[in-house]
Amino acid sequence: MISKLQNLEKIINSELSSKIQSSSINNEELLIEINQKDLIDVVKFLKLNENCKFKQLIDIAGVDYPENEKRFELIYLFLSHENNTRIKLLLKFEINQIINSITKIFPSANWMEREVFDMYGVKFKNHPDLRRILTDYGFKGHPLRKDFPLTGFNEVRYSEKDKKVIYEPVKLEQNYRNFDFESPWEGTNYIKEVKDLNKDGKKN
Amino acid sequence: MVKKTRSLSLNFGPQHPAAHGVLRLILQLDGEVVKKADPHIGLLHRGTEKLIEQKTYTQALPYFDRLDYVAPMNQEHAFALAAEKLLNVEVPIRAKYIRVIFCEIGRILSHILNVTTQALDVGALTPSLWGFEERETLMTFYERASGSRLHANFFRTGGVHKDIPLKLVEDIEKFCRSFPKIIDDLEGLLTDNRIFKQRNVEIGIVSKQEALDHSFSGVMLRGSGVPWDLRRSQPYEIYKDLDFKIPIGKNGDCYDRYLCRIEEMRESVKIILQCIDKLPKGPVKSIDNKISPPNRDEIKESMEALIHHFKLFTEGYRVPKGNVYTAVEAPKGEFGVYLISDGSSKPYRCKIRAPGFSHLQAMDYLIRGHMLADVPAVLGSLDIVFGEVDR
Repeated sequence: MISKLQNLEKIINSELSSKIQSSSINNEELLIEINQKDLIDVVKFLKLNENCKFKQLIDIAGVDYPENEKRFELIYLFLSHENNTRIKLLLKFEINQIINSITKIFPSANWMEREVFDMYGVKFKNHPDLRRILTDYGFKGHPLRKDFPLTGFNEVRYSEKDKKVIYEPVKLEQNYRNFDFESPWEGTNYIKEVKDLNKDGKKN
Repeated sequence: MVKKTRSLSLNFGPQHPAAHGVLRLILQLDGEVVKKADPHIGLLHRGTEKLIEQKTYTQALPYFDRLDYVAPMNQEHAFALAAEKLLNVEVPIRAKYIRVIFCEIGRILSHILNVTTQALDVGALTPSLWGFEERETLMTFYERASGSRLHANFFRTGGVHKDIPLKLVEDIEKFCRSFPKIIDDLEGLLTDNRIFKQRNVEIGIVSKQEALDHSFSGVMLRGSGVPWDLRRSQPYEIYKDLDFKIPIGKNGDCYDRYLCRIEEMRESVKIILQCIDKLPKGPVKSIDNKISPPNRDEIKESMEALIHHFKLFTEGYRVPKGNVYTAVEAPKGEFGVYLISDGSSKPYRCKIRAPGFSHLQAMDYLIRGHMLADVPAVLGSLDIVFGEVDR
């Protein structure tokens, strides 16, 4: 299994040397990092090359690292039935960058890209129908970004008075508390968190 | 005189019994022929992935029961495998067998529901009444192992929560001996039924190429003749030691997918019987107390056990930095978990790959040119459960 991946890694590195930023095999999984502008070429290569034949797109996962300069990551997971291998493709990019859509190569990327757009606000070029998919109609914000609060901003309820479902700002009896159990001996940093929250004008 | 025609748009759902949950399907109709289908999903979106990021690995597990709530343990399995891969823990052999038994029970649960409701959608009431009785029995097995009929929360990183009682193993075996007869009965009602065939044969045909392009997996892929089952091709747990067949369809229509599911149930029964036959003795969870909690009596005696217990239920276990993708062959297809750990006791990111998501995406392509009455038949054969599509 490992030797198969190593061979594949070699082939990809030699064929696409200029486009590969780095590649590694961890936990028996091959991960290659590429430049965002080479995405289409690399995906086409992976799909069509005789040694790769990654004919199925399994998923597209977004990741948010707010502290990084290149804040977002996209991970494309591919599967090759012929060779019985998987590969992970990693892209790192800044917040305002627009990514090329791969819907032309893999039709199933359509909803997956819509989901990334919905959850992270990443925009895709040449996507046929870039709408929100999982969140509510008229939803604002991108919930899986790390700066989006767990409790959200709005809550819905049925109003007996208006005879309809209405949206209101979230009201909680008690704020969501994130207990820090990581290192009880080194003390917690709650005080700092309280300060931060006050800065935003919210009560803790 | 030129006749003016215009297409009609029809809202199918979100409250429609044949929508299998909360699907809103906007159909463009030309007479009775569907021109375009636009599924609106997300009405059951609960933000599972966001919630998991706030929980420890132990606390995150129950969310997986709530995805595909028809076969809960199969989902847990994918997450447990992902965490185990990062932690590099060895699962005891008995736990592996128990996991496989319950995953296959989950597969039967899911397939009974799908086959019978598909029949219900096209007008046959009896199969669902017969099938649900069996589902009830199976859910009792779930209850006897885990304490709850649906939201089991039974798998743990490094094994399963508790050993199963001896009597339960006997009862599962008894069920497996009698269940094939029930499958025969169901088949007697459906397989050669004229109405059932008229509604399903050559409806929603998927070619091999299209199945691959649309990221199909599981029965949707096998129904179109692609011999691919993760239990066989990328075996996890003990599947490589078991003897089972993988049914493959030929035409890729709704009827072939139905036949595949029926056969898969028979194979699942065989797998369970083999597992019961071979079921070894031994521990059911990892002996590493940094990951699995100690026994109750140990806590009373040993200070170390007490500390382990305390740390596991407050902080949880820390998972080494890294990212993994693990997939299992869930009843509906490839269910995967892409897990990123930052070295803390909570997942940094947990992307859930639900098979139903890609299947439902292809709805537009599947239904174009078919009649309105075929919509429930195709939807039924896709085996959609909104818990996992919306996450």
